[in-house]
This record gives sequence, C-alpha cells and structure tokens, in this order.
Amino acid sequence: MSDALLKVEHLTRYFDVSKPWLNRVLEREEKQFLTAVADVSFEIKRGETFALVGESGSGKSTIAKMVVGLLGASEGVIDFDGHRMTGTAGAEMRALRRRFQMIFQDPFASLNPRWRVGDIIAEPIHTFGLMKGAEVSNRVGELLDTVGLSAKDAEKFPHEFSGGQRQRIAIARALSSKPEFIVCDEPTSALDVSVQAQILNLMKDLQDEMGLTYLFISHDLSVVRHMANRIGVLYLGRLVEVADGKRLFTEPQHPYTRMLLDAVPDLALSGRRRKPVEGEIPNPINPPSGCAFHPRCPLAMPRCKAEAPHRVDTATGYAACFALETQPA
Amino acid sequence: MTDALLSVRNLRVEFPTRRGILTAIDDVSFDIMPGEVLGVVGESGAGKSLTGAAIIGLLEPPGRIAGGEILLKGQRIDNLDPEAMRKIRGKRIGMVFQDPLTSLNPLYTVAQQLTETIRTHMDVTEAEARQRAIALLDRVGIPAAARRIDDYPHHFSGGMRQRVVIALALCAEPELVIADEPTTALDVSVQSQIIDLIKEICAERGAAVMLITHDMGVIAETADRVAVLYAGRLAEIGPVREVITAAEHPYTAGLMGSIPTLTQDNARLVQIPGAMPRLNAIPQGCAFNPRCERAFERCFKDRPDPLDRGGGRKVACWLYDAVNAGTKETADV
Repeated sequence: MSDALLKVEHLTRYFDVSKPWLNRVLEREEKQFLTAVADVSFEIKRGETFALVGESGSGKSTIAKMVVGLLGASEGVIDFDGHRMTGTAGAEMRALRRRFQMIFQDPFASLNPRWRVGDIIAEPIHTFGLMKGAEVSNRVGELLDTVGLSAKDAEKFPHEFSGGQRQRIAIARALSSKPEFIVCDEPTSALDVSVQAQILNLMKDLQDEMGLTYLFISHDLSVVRHMANRIGVLYLGRLVEVADGKRLFTEPQHPYTRMLLDAVPDLALSGRRRKPVEGEIPNPINPPSGCAFHPRCPLAMPRCKAEAPHRVDTATGYAACFALETQPA
Repeated sequence: MTDALLSVRNLRVEFPTRRGILTAIDDVSFDIMPGEVLGVVGESGAGKSLTGAAIIGLLEPPGRIAGGEILLKGQRIDNLDPEAMRKIRGKRIGMVFQDPLTSLNPLYTVAQQLTETIRTHMDVTEAEARQRAIALLDRVGIPAAARRIDDYPHHFSGGMRQRVVIALALCAEPELVIADEPTTALDVSVQSQIIDLIKEICAERGAAVMLITHDMGVIAETADRVAVLYAGRLAEIGPVREVITAAEHPYTAGLMGSIPTLTQDNARLVQIPGAMPRLNAIPQGCAFNPRCERAFERCFKDRPDPLDRGGGRKVACWLYDAVNAGTKETADV
C-alpha cells in the first residue's frame, strides 16, 4: 500500500545471552539466545498513531529501537516511505534519519545535564545542517513556544525544569529536524497523571498541526486507548493482535488481550468481578513451544502446544490464535 | 473518634536543610478504622510515602516529626523509644514496600527471613515457625511452598517476590498493614493478582490496610475510603465512591479528569496547568491556588482547613466554606 509510511515485515531480534566461551566449553553448554522480538509485522499509515502495548519483556522498546535504527534487526525488514532501511547506510540513511525522531521514557536521562536547553534542541538542526546562525536560535525559540515553554528557557540547563517540562524539551528536540514520524517510547510513564495529561494533549495537538505519524509505545492500556488509532498487542516478543483503536477494548479477540483488559483496575466502579489472571510471563530464553501464551490461556488446545499460530483476519484487524481460526468471529 | 485503630492528628514532618526547614507533611489528620482499607493518593512529592514512614517510625534522618501525634488504639506511638517502636513494627503494624527486590535480604533464604520475623514477635519454636511460614506462603499463593521456602529471593519472579513480602508483613498477624505502592513495580496482569490478594487476606484476618499509591484505579478497586494529598497537605478525604465520582476539591476533580479511562471517550483530557510546587516554594494560603481555576481572593490569603461535608467527607477548600455560600455558587450542603 502506498499510504503506509512505515512497514515492518517479519522483524526478529535475538540477543546472545551465552556465558563466556571458556565457561561454555567447561560446562558443555550451548550458546543461549533470547528472542526479544519474533516475526513481528505491521504497517503504520501516514498521519495515524499506531500503538504497541505489552507487559515488561514483551519487546516493545526493542521494536522502537530497531525502527529508529538504534539496534539492528536479526531478521526481517523495515521500510520507511518506500525506502528499505535495513542495510542502508551512508548519505541515503542520513537523509532518512532526519525524517524520524524518538522521544524517550525518562526525561531525566535523555537530556545532557551539561548542555543548555537551546543547544540540546538545536543539535538535530546542526547535525543535519538545516539552518545557520541566528536562524537557529529563532527556530529554537519557536519550538520552545510550540511545546508550551518560553523562548527564554533556551539559556537554562535541564536541571532547572520539572519532569513534565523536560519531556516538553525532549519533544521540542524531536521536532527540530522537522520529522514526519516520531517514535514515542513510554513518553509519559515517568510522569504524574496531571502532567501526563498535559503531555498527551500536547502530543495530540502537535499531530493535528503538523500531520505527524506516531509509533506510540506504552504499557498503560488507558493511555493507549486515548492516543491510538490502531493498536498492536505484544506478548513475549510476538504480536498477538492488531485492532482498530477503540474496538480493541470493546471486542478483544485474542485471549491474552482479554486477560490484559480484565486486569486493568476499574476506575468506573462498575463493581464487575474480575476473572483472576493466571500465572506470569514465562522466561523469554525458554519460551513455551507453539503459541507462547498457551500455558496461561483458558482456550488452549493440544494444537497450541505444538505449532505457532498464524495471522488470521478478525472483524477488528488480525490476531494470531488457533481458537479464532476454528470459530470465526 | 475513640474506636479508631490508627489516628493521625495534625501530623507535621520537617526536613531541616541548610537553606531552612522544609515542611514535607503539614498538618495532616486522618483515622483508620479496624478492618478498613484507606487509600492514600497523590502525585510524587505529595508526602504519601512519608506519611507511611512517619507512622511506622522509619523516617530517614534528618526528617523528623515536628508536631502532632500518632495513636495506635489510643496509645501514642510517635514518641516511643526505638526499642519499643521495634516491637510494634512487624508485630502490630506490617509493611509492604514498593520494590520487592530491595525489601528482601538477598543473602538469606525466604525461610530464614520468615522464621526470623515470626520468632522475633511470637514465642514459638524453630519448627513451628517454619510450619507457620510454609502455611503463609501457601496462603499468599506460592506454588509448592514447602519446597520453595528454601529458595533465595532471586529465585522468585517479581510478582512472587511481592507475595513473599506480603507473607512477611502478615506473619505476626498485625492489626494494620501499610502498603506503600505495592504494585507499582509489577505488570498489570500481576498487579491485579496482588491487589486481590492484599484485599482478601486482610479481610480474612481483620487487618486494616493503609494503601499508598499514585494509581486511582487501584484505589477505586480496593479502598473503602480515600485520602488525597497535595503538597504535604490533605486536600480531600471521604468514601471512595463519592470522591471518585463526585470530587469536591478542584485538585481531585482535575486529577480524576486527567486520567484516561477504558470506557469514556474524550478528545482531550482535562489538564491541570503547571506542576505541584516544590517544598521550598509552597504559596501562601491554599497550596493549590496557582493551579486552581476557581481560586478567589481568600485562597491566596488563608489556608483552608478540612471542612466537614457530612458523610465522613472532608474537603480543604474555601469554596465550601459557609461564609462564601452567598457569594460563590451556593454550597449544596
């Protein structure tokens, strides 16, 4: 499809977690690999917000890092606006790099404490040689204004700002190279709720004004529901379901999605009795055979243990589950 | 009220620094009834955890209780000597901390830590203590408790470790459990297990719970009453349903509106402008006045005390003071 800005196909990432060579030889052990991301495919359309949710260890951040090129992919390809990113380097990659940026989780770690805010925000401008001289400081002032700070703040250092203000600075920095696509890795999970609301509102406003496309990563289902047009649910590095934003919550297809929705504390005080959740996420070094979710799944069948489920289309998107194959929704 | 299990009266906690004294908790009062779950919410720096630490006598120096009193069943515990406090801590008040990895000693097995605590507070033999420990681990949902009791904390996953910590907090059958962000370090699917466990097990043993968290959802599902703290002061306290569905303090109302939910659709979240003031810059009058849309003259001059609004509800806001009833919107008393 031509309207897909980012296309990820069969993306897989292993990490070598083996012991050192000598230990392996002495203890007669094989090399060990941790599969952080396994065969993940999705598309993000221009102007939409695609969210990835999952619990810790589900591979959300690994995917984010691979998408912006901070980590290489073990297998699979990433296409950005028709350009293959995997294997691209040099000037071509540089040209692509300008067009996407990233916002990180912890605004206390992602800003250099020895740099003034103005220099932090101007860095992408200098790196990509977009502007020179006085133009740069004007642009920095404009950006600070856009994110709700004042142009005078460019002279200050990051420690003079609160967490929410720092996240605003991080957003201004991400915007300074005029990107089309921003990867947001848990942008509000280090913030208090009242500040989180400010940042989420700001991100939505910026999207409307500049037509940005977001890959939004979060573990918080209610935040994701608020922000995303489409949502992908990850479990142990596998994409178990992709669905249209609100419909994921009204018509969850995959048993894991249902379990996750059931587990979220209910602010509406409906007094609904929650189904107790069984078990915990297994160790990713030795994931269960077949469908990774089968030991916790209420619908598990013998087949789930033996083979990995493939993608099936559902009313709301697609999911990977044998139970959905046998009884189409 | 005299039948309160724990009574906190005008508590004031200060930190002397080189640049003057910072008041981290300022005149906070509340009661916890026997068997009740009181939720304490607030944003970071609101003084939630400090309140818990002050009650249990674990304030880090130079922090100190500078005023007020804390009563456990009518007996003052804020001025006890460390040895007497040690007897209460663990025996009558149990504690569950946020991070289950740091609240267990990595060098001792779970069995050693549990039996040590049991034997400190109860007159039982080693073998009896071990039996009790196994029964407790079994109760908190650790599979094969008799075998796993000899494992070290690092053998357990995060959720399982938090179960061990809960077992540890409950092993001397305390009357009150203070749970400080017990689920913040856990994933949602595990969080709901732990919340259910705390609720169930405390109800079963008749222990009251003071549940400290920043997550309104957790409070909504667990607590009977909720206290909202802001900048070290009590903004609002009342039955959980009323506070959540019809918040009276503008801060609570803003806080509730700023939380995205799984059921409601709004294009924008309600946002409270600004951020909580730092402790050295708390404004005169009501601490919330710079961020409050409904602030008026009096809010900048005098500090509101919690006003009784009936039904066990108290709100520290001038909007509800009878003096303003004529000028401001008629208070619906």
